[in-house]
Amino acid sequence: MRNISTIFHRELASYFATPLAYVFIVIFLVMAGVLTFFLGNFFERGQADLQSFFTFHPWLYLVLIPALSMRLWAEERKSGTIELFLTLPIRMTEAVIGKFLAAWCFAGIALVLTFPFWITVNLLGRPDNGVILASYLGSWLMAGALLAIGACVSAMTKNQVIAFVVTAALAFLFTVAGSPVVLGMLQGWAPEWLTRATSQMSFLGHFGAITRGVIDLRDVFYFLSIMIAFLGANAILVDLEKAE
Amino acid sequence: MLEIRHLVKHFGPLKAVDDISFTVPRGEVLGFLGPNGAGKSTTMKMITGFLAPTSGTAIVCGHDIATQPIPAKRCIGYLPEGAPAYPDMTPADFLDFIAHIRGYAGSEAKTRIGRVVEMIRIAEVLHQPIETLSKGYKRRVGVAQALLHDPDVLILDEPTDGLDPNQKYEMRKIITAMRPEKAIIISTHLLEEVEAVCSRAIIIAHGRILADGSPAELAERSRHYNAVRLGVAGADSRVRTDLLRLPGVAAVEPVRDGEGEALMIFAEPGRAVVTHVTDLARAHGWEVTGLRVERGRLDDVFREITAVPAGPATVAAAA
Repeated sequence: MRNISTIFHRELASYFATPLAYVFIVIFLVMAGVLTFFLGNFFERGQADLQSFFTFHPWLYLVLIPALSMRLWAEERKSGTIELFLTLPIRMTEAVIGKFLAAWCFAGIALVLTFPFWITVNLLGRPDNGVILASYLGSWLMAGALLAIGACVSAMTKNQVIAFVVTAALAFLFTVAGSPVVLGMLQGWAPEWLTRATSQMSFLGHFGAITRGVIDLRDVFYFLSIMIAFLGANAILVDLEKAE
Repeated sequence: MLEIRHLVKHFGPLKAVDDISFTVPRGEVLGFLGPNGAGKSTTMKMITGFLAPTSGTAIVCGHDIATQPIPAKRCIGYLPEGAPAYPDMTPADFLDFIAHIRGYAGSEAKTRIGRVVEMIRIAEVLHQPIETLSKGYKRRVGVAQALLHDPDVLILDEPTDGLDPNQKYEMRKIITAMRPEKAIIISTHLLEEVEAVCSRAIIIAHGRILADGSPAELAERSRHYNAVRLGVAGADSRVRTDLLRLPGVAAVEPVRDGEGEALMIFAEPGRAVVTHVTDLARAHGWEVTGLRVERGRLDDVFREITAVPAGPATVAAAA
């Protein structure tokens, strides 16, 4: 537990040691604003809610989350610090969880900094703040699932650009899994259960359910199990690939 | 303190380390010598638990690195090849991180960091990002990190690489000072370093141990061991034939180096020739300009035993 906290602090501080953290947060906020107010017709809809803000989160994450996760392991492997890191008296699970929590916490900080949207909508009307809170939680869970996928991919390569591109591609697949694009590719040849299972894997579906204000435990469980599965794979991959 | 048991590591078809066993007791500085790609770093990576061996294991302070990695890693201080450290951290933050991972907090961490900072002399760069430091300082930060918890076993992969002669001297002094209470392994290309700090040297090539002994013992294998370097004014071929006739002399060769011209008189193994040479010079009334008995050269030995066996071996394999 103490090791996780030590690794978490070092990792989180390393985001802020470079301009990455500030660039990320500024771009996240600006893009969220642009998407909400222009593409999302925030004012024209005439409703006091943040629906048009949260709708774009999956798409925003597609580009921004891989930028957060790509360095987690690839950088350690590139600079050779992985050899130092993994010969310290720590368990692999502590290393994986500490790093992941730092990235997830950073995503949480970026989300919290969108509070002006919440203030705006509360000044303009009387939104259902319960729905907004649920949506924030859903968005953070989705970010966590994407970060776990990204951490796992980052463990497979020394190259951060490759980590970014592969993570973005995987994230896209998971996001649109329930859409006609993906299901259409499966229909006709894949067994019925696979098509149905794939449609259940969609981030959009589970996130959409939460943003409607209903926190169904199944949706929460879905995101948590994605995180656990990919972090487990992450631990195994670090062990397998570290020698390269 | 440290026991290596039949370590083997394959990378695909390549045998990087091929059945290496040795033990290092407290008070020993073991020099790990070998050409590039001999398997030195791979062996160190297995001892420290970074790489899992294909077979065999290492016992560190009584803990098997394969089955009890955490207690084993606790008593190892390790400087990996190239002294990696997080480039955007300062040495102060970096050492603080290592101290916390090693289980020290508060004033205890502060005391320990203060001790290594003073010992390794990195106080003046403590608050600069590591990526801005010179190669020598980076190496020293890596060594400081390895010493922070005062480990019983110290494994340093090329600790003086990139240091200037003064820093090398300092580093060797530090290693020698720590020697009594630790088991230390250092890998190096520098034979002078082995002579300066190691109580024992192991030469490996192609993943196998080729020689194991004290630096002096290894040097005795050199053809220069007990050879006499003799400077004679106006030395001609008659001088050389006279010398060759002496008992115990294997060969006489003219040498020409920074010290000038001289004759190198090689002794047969196990024989000393210096008294015969001086008697002969006195009897003939040669004008001797210099006389020295060679101690044996480690680099001779190193080259001889690490060179790829040529000719017969390949022929035999082809047949």
